[in-house]
Amino acid sequence: MARTVTARRKAINTAIAWTIGLLIFFPILWTILTSFKTEAEAIASPPSFLFFDWTLENYAVVQERSNYMRFLWNSVIIAVGSTILGIIIAVPAAWSMAFVPSKRTKDILLWMLSTKMLPAVGVLYPIYLIFIRMGILDSRAGLVVVLMLINLPIIVWMLYTYFKEIPGEILEAARMDGATLKSEILYVLTPMAIPGIASTVLLNIILAWNEAFWTLNLTAANAAPLTAFIASYSSPEGLFYAKLSAASTMAIAPILILGWFSQKQLVRGLTFGAVK
Amino acid sequence: MGRITLDKVTKSFGDVEVIPPLDLTIEDGEFTVFVGPSGCGKSTLLRLIAGLEDITSGQIRIDGNDATSVPPARRGLAMVFQSYALYPHMSVRKNIAFPLRMAKLDQAEIDRRVEGAASVLNLADYIDRKPGQLSGGQRQRVAIGRAIVREPAAFLFDEPLSNLDAALRVGMRLEISELHKRLETTMIYVTHDQVEAMTMADKIVVLRAGHIEQVGSPLELYRTPRNLFVAGFIGSPRMNLISGPEAEKHGCHTLGIRPEHIEVSAEGGPWSGVVGVSEHLGSDTFFHIHDTGLDETITVRADGEVGFSHGDRVSLTPREDVMHRFGADGLRMA
Repeated sequence: MARTVTARRKAINTAIAWTIGLLIFFPILWTILTSFKTEAEAIASPPSFLFFDWTLENYAVVQERSNYMRFLWNSVIIAVGSTILGIIIAVPAAWSMAFVPSKRTKDILLWMLSTKMLPAVGVLYPIYLIFIRMGILDSRAGLVVVLMLINLPIIVWMLYTYFKEIPGEILEAARMDGATLKSEILYVLTPMAIPGIASTVLLNIILAWNEAFWTLNLTAANAAPLTAFIASYSSPEGLFYAKLSAASTMAIAPILILGWFSQKQLVRGLTFGAVK
Repeated sequence: MGRITLDKVTKSFGDVEVIPPLDLTIEDGEFTVFVGPSGCGKSTLLRLIAGLEDITSGQIRIDGNDATSVPPARRGLAMVFQSYALYPHMSVRKNIAFPLRMAKLDQAEIDRRVEGAASVLNLADYIDRKPGQLSGGQRQRVAIGRAIVREPAAFLFDEPLSNLDAALRVGMRLEISELHKRLETTMIYVTHDQVEAMTMADKIVVLRAGHIEQVGSPLELYRTPRNLFVAGFIGSPRMNLISGPEAEKHGCHTLGIRPEHIEVSAEGGPWSGVVGVSEHLGSDTFFHIHDTGLDETITVRADGEVGFSHGDRVSLTPREDVMHRFGADGLRMA
């Protein structure tokens, strides 16, 4: 017998879902609202929710005091650059793990994932020293490499699961048809895996965009991305909530918009292969 | 040209030997069918010839040249897979053109060959569609088209019809046979369906557990099966295999008699029994006869008009001239 869902039950479920969704979204909403308040209203008690004098003053100040576009550009280069580099390395790696697995493939995958469990600060010192030695401290190239390495396990894992879904016979057919390894990956595997690759790319751009630990520790002025932009509003001035909120809103806006427009793709990608 | 020789070829997966040393020659232009129950190693053998699996020892020669360590792409063989294995993101035209593109032929030549294959296989009407928009039979034709444009030394078919429905299967069977007649290229065809084997093959290779049980033309296998396995495997319904006193009376350990070589009548034959299940096919009726005093149920193939029903007592007359006699070792006695 099929399970029946009554209208009442449906309404309750919808209400619960909306409540949870709003709770999760509330801090972001509050930040955005605060960014339109004056500093006095921002710390007013009790806080006003919607009925205050909306002002763009904070944005003007933030824009005046720091070069938003430069931080934004750094963020774009670091996020997109590290993702592209990661994909170039991960596609062949995931190919070999999915289609010519060895006895140790599963172990290697787990080991790769285990590096994500290591606290990043544990390797900060050696990496910092390496960066100094190589003269890439506060450079975008250095950050691209580090963020690529940080996210590589996830990229490989995601691609591996997508590739596993592709029937091996199709790749064998390509081999019989005279395709070299390069042509097989370029003309057959990659086009078939486009949906999976697209969601991997999206997720990794988001992860790299939001990455704060390494970007804050390895940059100063030149290569600082938007994470550093937000951070620069938090400490020296004390509690300028409204301006901090305006800076945060400007920093998260691009990725929020990207995420909004690609959410279908992201959800499809993340649940890919869950149902055959 | 496409003469394929397997010389003491073996294949092991880890400690499991799936193909013990095996010798086989497939002559140029021959339609050879590998047949056997599932797990007999027939698909593995085909994949070894294709180069998709490496052989453990031995040698594979194609037209006299050692192909043992030649990658699949350069063996000059084309393969049609059970799942069709079409490239889902490419149109029919691009699917068929893919091997030619890989061979770096110029565009005019590619177009010419693709058009040629499409017209031979009646694919012209949906040449710009994607595989997902085609029926099973059409997809299979595209897969065959992709194989023929390469003008390979030999075609390898891995159970190509098993995903099709029965009616389509018969049609495609004829098409493949006709294609073979026209191209006169070597074809190796793997199937578990002995009807396909009997109707299409010039030569059948019967395999069991990686061993070749018998090689021969369909009629050779039907008329003179070399052992009990082949006797039981080739022919439908299955040959009746009788042991015990009745076999001893004929001077053998096991007596084989095909259902079509037994006559059923109301009385007068040397054996008798009671009709169990009758399967009416229209043209023929298969009677399963119990209580014959022999050690197994006897299957009899009779004309569709013969009207005995469940529980009737009948008399059976086997044709002495087409009896098969097997010794205690399971081998055919001369």
